[in-house]
Amino acid sequence: MTNLSSLSFYLPELFLIGIILLSIIIELIPGCRKYNYFVVLAGLISVAIMLSWSSTESVSIFMGMSVSDPFAIFFKWIFVIATFYIVLISRADNSLDKRLSGEFNILLLIVMFGLFLMVTANNLIMVYLSIEMVSIASYILAGMLKNDLKSNEASLKYVIFGAFASGLMLYGFSWLYGLSGSTDLHEISAALSGHMDQPFVIYMAILLVLVGIGYKISMVPFHYWTPDVYEGAPTPVTAYLSVAPKAAGIALLIRFFSSTFTTDISTTVSNIDWTTLVAVLSAITMTVGNLLALQQTNIKRLLAFSSIAHAGYMLMVIPVISVDARAAVMIYAVPYLFMNLGLFFMAIAIHNQTSSFEISKWKGLGSRAPLMAGIMVVLLLSLTGLPPTGGFIGKVYLFSVLIKFQQFFWLAVIGVINSVISLFYYFRIVKTMYFSSADDETVFKIHPLLYWSIISCVVPVLLLGIYWSPLINFVQHSISMF
Amino acid sequence: MDNLTSYLIISAILFVLGLYAVMTRRNGIAILMGIELILNSASLNFVAFNRFGGMTKLDGHVFSIFIICLAAAEAVVALAIIINLFKNLESVNVDHASSMKG
Repeated sequence: MTNLSSLSFYLPELFLIGIILLSIIIELIPGCRKYNYFVVLAGLISVAIMLSWSSTESVSIFMGMSVSDPFAIFFKWIFVIATFYIVLISRADNSLDKRLSGEFNILLLIVMFGLFLMVTANNLIMVYLSIEMVSIASYILAGMLKNDLKSNEASLKYVIFGAFASGLMLYGFSWLYGLSGSTDLHEISAALSGHMDQPFVIYMAILLVLVGIGYKISMVPFHYWTPDVYEGAPTPVTAYLSVAPKAAGIALLIRFFSSTFTTDISTTVSNIDWTTLVAVLSAITMTVGNLLALQQTNIKRLLAFSSIAHAGYMLMVIPVISVDARAAVMIYAVPYLFMNLGLFFMAIAIHNQTSSFEISKWKGLGSRAPLMAGIMVVLLLSLTGLPPTGGFIGKVYLFSVLIKFQQFFWLAVIGVINSVISLFYYFRIVKTMYFSSADDETVFKIHPLLYWSIISCVVPVLLLGIYWSPLINFVQHSISMF
Repeated sequence: MDNLTSYLIISAILFVLGLYAVMTRRNGIAILMGIELILNSASLNFVAFNRFGGMTKLDGHVFSIFIICLAAAEAVVALAIIINLFKNLESVNVDHASSMKG
């Protein structure tokens, strides 16, 4: 489709660009600065409205550079919701510098724009540009606390690992381009099918691409940055990194591998067995994530390792190249968004009061704040994957795909064992809340924004655990990919 | 020196040198230089493939221009982060940035 007629499929992105520019201008006018927060929130709502109006056709737009399809729109909803929550609660976090809140919101919107491009990318150039757009803005966000040494370190580690991983991915891209003579994902797939004599080079290219995308979703062995960046970065940024770029990375991985390295529905390109490679990496990812989470005493580090484990769960079904597998990942991503955000919001609330992220500060919460403690139990149940929560439904769908597809049955077994391991460290938090007496009996104070955000996070988690057919219907309608 | 292979060998050498620099150097700025080498090797590959691969479109040349632009953007952010770290830590050695463990 030509550039001008593509614009009608690009309204949410155009709105987003407009809001970014508007909030930069507002930031420059001294008297208007305090309205930036509300402009950004209103802008996000307008993007959501545009998104609900956007067409559900699957078309390639901008001369094949990107696509517009229901699969991308589904993930765009996740990004809008996550960004809205983070902008909303950024006010309630005491560690963020209030004078920088305008810059914070603008950078967050830029990351969100990059994520929009990432899930729609259909060309190597767009894939690289969107990953860099997300990464560069996230490096700055991670180092937002300029005087905090941990935040400096987090952004340093992030930038070095990120630039290195994208450099390796780029080298892989150059080989893909050399082999196929095209940068379009579908044309590459068509060209690669004829290159039976170069399996080694294709395999190297697949590995290098996997490094770049695997780094974004913190897949083992490219996960080294995750715990340090998650611990050092400001907590709202950590919460954002743990949901939005991770979901985008998974979406990009699905699109890239199912359109480029797959010839038809389930044959891999040139018979190269990348599916076993991804299956083994997924098993290692969840095992390493869960085992290292066992010994953490810092809630942000614990959630970092838990997010590595969850990346492993979502990777589990990617080797099964089918529509069901894609649907299972999408179903899992929705409760994951809410349960992770809810726990990070609680970590912010406790940090505001005690200036510490140690889990021991959660002591006695069961009696000091019964409602919040109860909600945390629900969210932790959901992260473990126990009923009656959304996390359980997500896991049921993931495992059922693997069990139906006999070849990777062993992966389902490893997944179940890992869920049992994760029960141990999630319920250590529950034990701390209910069975350890508090060091100080001061009243637990929580910012109303955080309070209502946490409640609005737990409602969908519980609802999806009891009545999940709307989500399944929505996913079934969003399954088609260009 | 006008065949594809010689360009690919040079780019592979650049790539390996970049990898070596990233893995052995402990100075933050030297690591960034290693990353630039990796990016340049990819860039060289793109241009060489486009010139010698019989491609009709200029995708490879365009891609290498994008790589140059983004490498500059990334270097700006990375250097700003390293300067900020130097202010707090008085060192650009990445091994000294180790307050988080576990």
